[in-house]
Amino acid sequence: MDFLLNEEQEMMRKVVRDFALNEVEPGAAERDETEHFDRSLYAQMAEMGLTGIPWPEAYGGAGSDNLSYAITVEELSRVDASLGVTLSAHVSLGSYPIYGYGSEAQKQKFLRPLAEGTKMGAFGLTEPYAGSDAGGTRTTAVLNGNEWVINGNKIFITNGGEAEIYVVFAATDKSKGHKGISAFIIEKGTPGFSFGKKEKKLGIRSSTTYELVFEDCRIPAENLLGEVGQGFKIAMSTLDGGRVGIAAQALGIAQGAYDKALEYAQQRVQFGKSLAEMQAIQFKLADMATKIEAARLLTYQAAFRKDKGLPYGKFSAMAKLYASDTAMEVTTDAVQIFGGYGYTRDFPVERMMRDAKITQIYEGTNEIQRVVIAGNILKGK
Amino acid sequence: MRIVVCMKQTFDTEAKIALTADGLIDSTGVTLVVDPYSEFAVEKGIQFKEKFGGEVVIVCIGDTQAETAIRQCMAMGADRAVIVTDPAMDGSDQSATARVLAKAVISQEPDIILGGFKSVDSGSAQVMLRLAEILNLPHVNVVTNIEIGEGKAIATRELDDGVELVEVSLPAIFTAQQGLAEPRYPSVKGIMQAKKKELKRLTLADLDIDPTSVGPANAKVKIHGLTLPAPRKGGRIIGGEIPEATADLVKALRDEAKVI
Repeated sequence: MDFLLNEEQEMMRKVVRDFALNEVEPGAAERDETEHFDRSLYAQMAEMGLTGIPWPEAYGGAGSDNLSYAITVEELSRVDASLGVTLSAHVSLGSYPIYGYGSEAQKQKFLRPLAEGTKMGAFGLTEPYAGSDAGGTRTTAVLNGNEWVINGNKIFITNGGEAEIYVVFAATDKSKGHKGISAFIIEKGTPGFSFGKKEKKLGIRSSTTYELVFEDCRIPAENLLGEVGQGFKIAMSTLDGGRVGIAAQALGIAQGAYDKALEYAQQRVQFGKSLAEMQAIQFKLADMATKIEAARLLTYQAAFRKDKGLPYGKFSAMAKLYASDTAMEVTTDAVQIFGGYGYTRDFPVERMMRDAKITQIYEGTNEIQRVVIAGNILKGK
Repeated sequence: MRIVVCMKQTFDTEAKIALTADGLIDSTGVTLVVDPYSEFAVEKGIQFKEKFGGEVVIVCIGDTQAETAIRQCMAMGADRAVIVTDPAMDGSDQSATARVLAKAVISQEPDIILGGFKSVDSGSAQVMLRLAEILNLPHVNVVTNIEIGEGKAIATRELDDGVELVEVSLPAIFTAQQGLAEPRYPSVKGIMQAKKKELKRLTLADLDIDPTSVGPANAKVKIHGLTLPAPRKGGRIIGGEIPEATADLVKALRDEAKVI
């Protein structure tokens, strides 16, 4: 067993950290304040090849691995969780289903521009009446000649509005429940496809979250992803991988808040000594650092297993569950260490605490993660 | 066009410098990076290659740790590298460094030689100029721009009160100042390819250099001691009502700080 990253993974961390510190961190607070998504940062990530890290070069990707991808999301989220989730949703949710289930033609047409970053991806599963219970999907798809006609609404869609390519799930046979769901690739600009409400959120405010509205939206028959009725399986396997991205995002948030708190604790003097000299704060820092390290090992393990082709669904659920709870705890403690200053928007830990909360909710609430973990354990997996 | 870039690995500019008990710089736990001035040179070299074709060869003196810095230059786009690693080099001064670099650089038959005008650590700003003297090549120091022509180049050189345009025949040596080129972030593909690129490891013997001619015994410069800068004192907040506080401030600026 080897706990060391290889030379490329170490270099990835360094390069992405440099990029994050120089290009991403300076505007993060303002983008959060104004709820502004900065597409030029995405374009810079595309130039660096970050938009297609794990995909083969044949599809415009960088031919790297999921661990490097996780490190990238972690490093971005360390300074700006909004940009972290933008990349995570683009790669894990928008691109993976096409890589995993798309035909060769679909991969060339859709995965390539996603990997090269000329386009952005998103994933439309959640509906007003189908969140954790994806089987309750009410959006419908009906084959009419050589076109699918899509009707319905998707909500809380990360990268909504900004993304050009959407993997959308719709019921093709309502009588079959979750076995009657199919996946489709729908492009922005298709008649009948529009954007509804833009969500105003507690955190990750500079990533866009929109409602997708489909009203007799006609897409070519060849935009069916995988087979008819395979949608639920595609969605679940996509989320298995997506959880690695969210675990990495949560890990990055926790690390970022911890770094700020540690620095502050060493500088802030009260009663004639620094906070870091006080045992109450030392114990807090020790707990924060320990939990972050545990979250990191779980997250990297899940990515590593995916890279090795080993089953990883249980591991990515554990990583997402633990890393997101860690992010919430660590950011809360970081605000506590900063005291009154931590509660203001003059210091970044306030934003990090708001950003952390969503990681316990999306890509499966942490209650659902426990369902997934228990399901795996009880099946002996 | 063959572009040789002399690259030095240095301490991260944000590293906290500490001294050991015997007064030397403590390198424990310090992150090492491509020296920022070397990095400007590497970027310019890659830009030349992209414009004129050819290859970028990194030349470096250092131990195995320096290979990380070399791989980073390769990830940016450098094609191959030569590293001179020899325990005899420990404690060598700029004169010995330049002599060793000269042999390594000239073996590559360069059209252009680039390097940082100084490094952020020892900052002697000597090595590249000594290299030019040893190789008897024209050089332009502290440049912010280089225009390549037929067998010649015009470089923009920073002066205290302006700039100077200097024309030299090629091959020539140029030393980078901030502004020569903005280093790119290596791409993921670049990082993936870096490990596959050729890294030639040489010793002093491979370059026909007598190991006893370098090292501290042959240094022309002797460092007598190192001290850390005095810690900065905290600021002072002048309190009270504004009219009195203003008067106190003016008095402090005039009598204590002596700036007005």
